[in-house]
Amino acid sequence: MSDTDANASVSEKLVAIAAIPVVVFFRLLEAPFRLLQKAGGIKLMPYFFLMPNLVFFGIFVVLPLFINLAYSLSGGTNIFLLDRVYTGTEQYEFLFDCGNYLDPQTCREDRFWKAIFNTGTFVFIQVTSLVILSLVTALILNRKIRARGFFRAVFFFPVLLSPVVVALIWKWILLRDGILNAFLVSIGLDRILFFVSPEWAMFWAIFVSIWSHMGFYMLILLAGLQAIPPDLYEAAEMDGTSPERVFWKITLPLLWPNMLVVVVLALIKGVQVFDEVFVLTGGGPGTATQFIVQYIYTTGFASRVQNFGLASAASVVLGVVLFVLTVAQLAATRRKDDV
Amino acid sequence: MTRKLITALAGSALAMGVLATSAMAQTELRMTWYNDGNEGEVMRGLLDGFEAANPDITVILDVVPYKAILEGLPVQLAAGQGPDLARVTDLGGLNEYYLDLTPYVSNPEYWEANFGPFLEWLRPANNDSAISGFMTQLTVTGPYVNRTLFEQAAVDMPGDGATWSDWATAVNEVAAALDIPIPMAWDRSGHRVAGPAIAMGAQMFDADGNPALVDQGLKDMATMLYDWHQDGTMSAELWGSVSGSTYLGANEDFANAQVVMYMSGSWQIPQFAETIGDAFDWWAVPAPCGTTACTGMPGGAALVALQGTEHPEEVGVLMEYLSSEEALAEFYGKTLFIPGHLGLAAGGVDFATDDPRARHALETFAGAVPTISPIAFDLQGYPNNRVMFNALISRLGEAIVGEMTLDQAFERMSQDVEQQLAEQARDN
Repeated sequence: MSDTDANASVSEKLVAIAAIPVVVFFRLLEAPFRLLQKAGGIKLMPYFFLMPNLVFFGIFVVLPLFINLAYSLSGGTNIFLLDRVYTGTEQYEFLFDCGNYLDPQTCREDRFWKAIFNTGTFVFIQVTSLVILSLVTALILNRKIRARGFFRAVFFFPVLLSPVVVALIWKWILLRDGILNAFLVSIGLDRILFFVSPEWAMFWAIFVSIWSHMGFYMLILLAGLQAIPPDLYEAAEMDGTSPERVFWKITLPLLWPNMLVVVVLALIKGVQVFDEVFVLTGGGPGTATQFIVQYIYTTGFASRVQNFGLASAASVVLGVVLFVLTVAQLAATRRKDDV
Repeated sequence: MTRKLITALAGSALAMGVLATSAMAQTELRMTWYNDGNEGEVMRGLLDGFEAANPDITVILDVVPYKAILEGLPVQLAAGQGPDLARVTDLGGLNEYYLDLTPYVSNPEYWEANFGPFLEWLRPANNDSAISGFMTQLTVTGPYVNRTLFEQAAVDMPGDGATWSDWATAVNEVAAALDIPIPMAWDRSGHRVAGPAIAMGAQMFDADGNPALVDQGLKDMATMLYDWHQDGTMSAELWGSVSGSTYLGANEDFANAQVVMYMSGSWQIPQFAETIGDAFDWWAVPAPCGTTACTGMPGGAALVALQGTEHPEEVGVLMEYLSSEEALAEFYGKTLFIPGHLGLAAGGVDFATDDPRARHALETFAGAVPTISPIAFDLQGYPNNRVMFNALISRLGEAIVGEMTLDQAFERMSQDVEQQLAEQARDN
């Protein structure tokens, strides 16, 4: 036997020795699985493997959902469910007691309806602008331009910041003595009190939200653009197809699955908006930027009489809206897959 | 050698045992606290003295933002997860969670004699004997003016007995002469508005003692405040820039000489003494008059013992120490707070400042106590006063930014109070 063979043999033995604890561990692990398979058959095994996740999902998602539903059917200020008074659907009746659903002033709980309208306005403008801007940015950054990596990082950077930090930075910029007003004054214009005007406050709430989230959606679309086979573009170029036609007939259809993901994610996140706008505008002026999640928070926690029942009822309504959006996304995805 | 080693090991084991026993005997109390000025430091100093005198008790001072006291603490208490003690301003609103210290203090008569009127603010309904805590400060709402700006603008300051309208005229003259952006600012707080409303004739309660927020007095005051926002006397940045019952103060704008007159209260004295100092003449003035009175609102913060504590006896020992005349004289003296201890209030506190503005402000606010309307005291003692305050500022704020008319705001204020009290009444 040569020295090399002898060394190899020694290494193999060492590896075999080192593997013993691993083998023993897996044998021990295997034993209960074998017993389970024997008892329940192979068909039950997937459910067994899913069990840990299902347990966590049940405890932290499904159970709170039902608890929330139970709170929404109760009244009073006690925090413990068993101490609360059963009120049936009173909280929902209170929320939906309106003379005219299009005029919040005619509703008993006008703030809930103002929050619904504000959220609708915010979501419509923010999601539309966000998708268009993310797409344009992704298209530009997908081209061979100078410092492309740098610009991608620049656009993505705000995503890494905490929403509170983002809101505080913009608040400092937009205050009466902020940088933007200092600039306006320096070029001879008047100061603008951005947080006193409902229109300006909504504009900045949407702008800051787009600024902070666009990088994430841009990245999803960029990944989609890079997955489009380049030979399609080459063929189109050889055929003399115009760039507009290439965009509408090749890029957009092939990017559609990513677009759908972006639209649905942006929609859900838009409906849930709270932290950054709460820090930026506090929901004001008046109730101009008070959205549905802030309404829930204020009703349940920031009022002197903490109305957990009403807040829970409002969050059930929000949950239903999000559920409808998710189902719509699933339906749209399935239809696209079928096509 | 071996014997020495065994001896050393045995000695170490014994020492560790002793230390472990002493650690096990150590009681840890948690006190939730917020700061307006330097009171956290002063309290820590007092607690250090207490710990030195009571080595078996440690007190951890958890300093939190004021918002956490208003919004987080009630949830903590409702969930049974509260601290042993807390500094609160919703004095009657949290009374169901207060611990009655009567069995744990050696001299309940001392508490009754020195804190009597304020103990009533802390007591639940139908209880006239509970001792739950003491006032870390008594506050009185009232305005400050920037006297330097008045001098520079050569405008005379309105004197005693001047009305809110007199002051509005004067501060507008000053602001116009010196191009000051905010002639007048009021804290965005129902408590701050209540004094002027009572001065305008608001009664706050009906004949049966039930809350009745909206009456002609309150409407007159709210209309005045609304009009000042329309004519530029007040900036919408405070009342119009946030939603709901969010508190906003103009203390920073006042300290930066951006405000001529600032309606706040006595708790700003230590902060102004520190941040403004002698940069300009900040001057406390008596509460301006309305049509029926010249009154501010009393109030304050109390350190209360909480019934969720597992160490009521130790809490009693601590409260007895902190409420002693000696400890409170030091506390009020160093923090420049108006004393909430009748003995000290009568005897006088040696305030640790030689700033004439701070001393004048302390005299002004302390001197205002006898002029406070009885309605203001009743309102302060009403456990659900924050329900009324919150309805007032949130709806008035919405009217100021144009979301509803004043009449709609008044209607909503009454509905809000009624609905919240009805929700609370479900518990009974």
